[in-house]
Amino acid sequence: MMIEYLITILLIASIYAIFALGLNLEWGFTGLVNFGHVAFLAIGAYTTVLLSLHGVPLFVSVLVGVALAGAFGALLGIPTLKLREDYLAIVTIGFAEIIRLFLLNEEWLTGGPMGVCGYPRPFEDIITGDYNLFMLSVVLSILILCYFMLEKLIKSPWGRVLKSIREDEDVPVSLGKNVFVYKIQSLVLGSMLAGLAGSLLAFYLQYINPRNFMPIETFYAWIAVVLGGSGNNKGTVLGAVILFCFFSATRFTQEYVPLHPTQMGALRIMLIGLLLILFMMYRPEGLFGKKEELML
Amino acid sequence: MLSVRDVEKSFGGIRAVNGCSLEVERQSIVGIMGPNGAGKTTLFNIISGFEQPDRGAIVFKGENIEAKNSFEIARMGLIRTFQLTKVLSRMTVEENLLLAPKYQQGERIWNVWLRAREVRREEESNRARAHSLLRLFGLLPLKEEYAGALSGGQKRLLELARALMAEPDMLLLDEPFSGVNPTLGNKLLNHIKELRDRFNMTILIIEHDMHVIMRLCDYIYVLNRGRVIASGTPEEVQNDERVLDAYLGGGQYI
Repeated sequence: MMIEYLITILLIASIYAIFALGLNLEWGFTGLVNFGHVAFLAIGAYTTVLLSLHGVPLFVSVLVGVALAGAFGALLGIPTLKLREDYLAIVTIGFAEIIRLFLLNEEWLTGGPMGVCGYPRPFEDIITGDYNLFMLSVVLSILILCYFMLEKLIKSPWGRVLKSIREDEDVPVSLGKNVFVYKIQSLVLGSMLAGLAGSLLAFYLQYINPRNFMPIETFYAWIAVVLGGSGNNKGTVLGAVILFCFFSATRFTQEYVPLHPTQMGALRIMLIGLLLILFMMYRPEGLFGKKEELML
Repeated sequence: MLSVRDVEKSFGGIRAVNGCSLEVERQSIVGIMGPNGAGKTTLFNIISGFEQPDRGAIVFKGENIEAKNSFEIARMGLIRTFQLTKVLSRMTVEENLLLAPKYQQGERIWNVWLRAREVRREEESNRARAHSLLRLFGLLPLKEEYAGALSGGQKRLLELARALMAEPDMLLLDEPFSGVNPTLGNKLLNHIKELRDRFNMTILIIEHDMHVIMRLCDYIYVLNRGRVIASGTPEEVQNDERVLDAYLGGGQYI
């Protein structure tokens, strides 16, 4: 029982770690402010699920979901990334709400508030044992793959251009780098990671509806990135794990606290807020961030 | 090498650059001087594509560049520095230099995977060149430090080294001596001369310090209120009454 619970926590934490790695690429390394990251999670999830319900092979539907998330990332970036940085922030907030309201209202396609269920999951009929355990191994492998892919990219000359954009855009421009193209690439890649996390989330949940894609999900990714230290992939993964361990730990305390479950839910969010404030006061660089970087 | 023709630029009601023309010969060091607000930096921004001129033409290596993006101009070999030094603070001194070379293979996302070996080789040769430039500027012991941790003068040197790393044909230097102590300034002055003499570089430089500009430049343009009010060799300019007026008279000197 306990072990199954642990598997679930690790599973959901790993999915959100992939989600947060996407944001870390955009914010931590490129300095792009994306407040609508959840939109790409939703696009990945719904695309995968709806396609596979219409008979498209699972693997292909995941790929299309990821590609579509990336395409929407480019679509948002093209008009905004030539402007001042705050425009992207505003547009992404709006975009995430548009996507959620679309999912809520276009019942013919998305099932509206009822959402979608009964879709196939990978290798469902072959796996006889604990499906979540199987899924954890798949998700963990994907997470590790994404992690090493990102680390390699960040340490390459390509990653160096991203970091220079984060530091001061005028410098790479004055050295002949087409900054706009790099920002688009960062946003597309980050959105693709979110889309991939979305597909995995749908497989884990077995039933998705628009309430799974509220704006707060974006901020879970932000919390993971900030807790771990912006611009640090290891920290981001650990941040996601800590966040979800905390969520489930507080679930255990339910029976000892004289609070209604909804009150308990609100209290959890308050505690997370408090944790973040304490972090900002005593360890503003995050778990793996470098303190000396903050002084510069 | 570079020719600026009747360039105009207004910000709101202010005519920052008002019909400015100048020529820079290949392998020369040309100075721009003038009181505060004369339009020197705006002119630099226009030449390097950071601002679009309202009117006028700019020709670099025989090509019109006034409508080009700043990164395209940089790729043509026209590299600038900034009046307020811009270093990439949370990157090391070495990384600051490694960013500069143009058309790096590893800057294309696919090549990171598909041409890993070539990318690594290219990095190694760039690193060797970066180290020799850092040694030239006395920054080699600091290569692992964050650029943001350097002193003001060291940041100036780093910025110049980074510009050189891009292998420019022409350099635009915006007050490279401000905030640099006299000893270091002397060294910098010799470095800049050497760039022209040994590396055949063309240099356009904004400078306030009369002594520096007189010692360094082959030709000088004096700007005031967005116009060229005088030009000539250092000796000619030094004795020009309009120049003395602009700097000392009429209450324009702040």
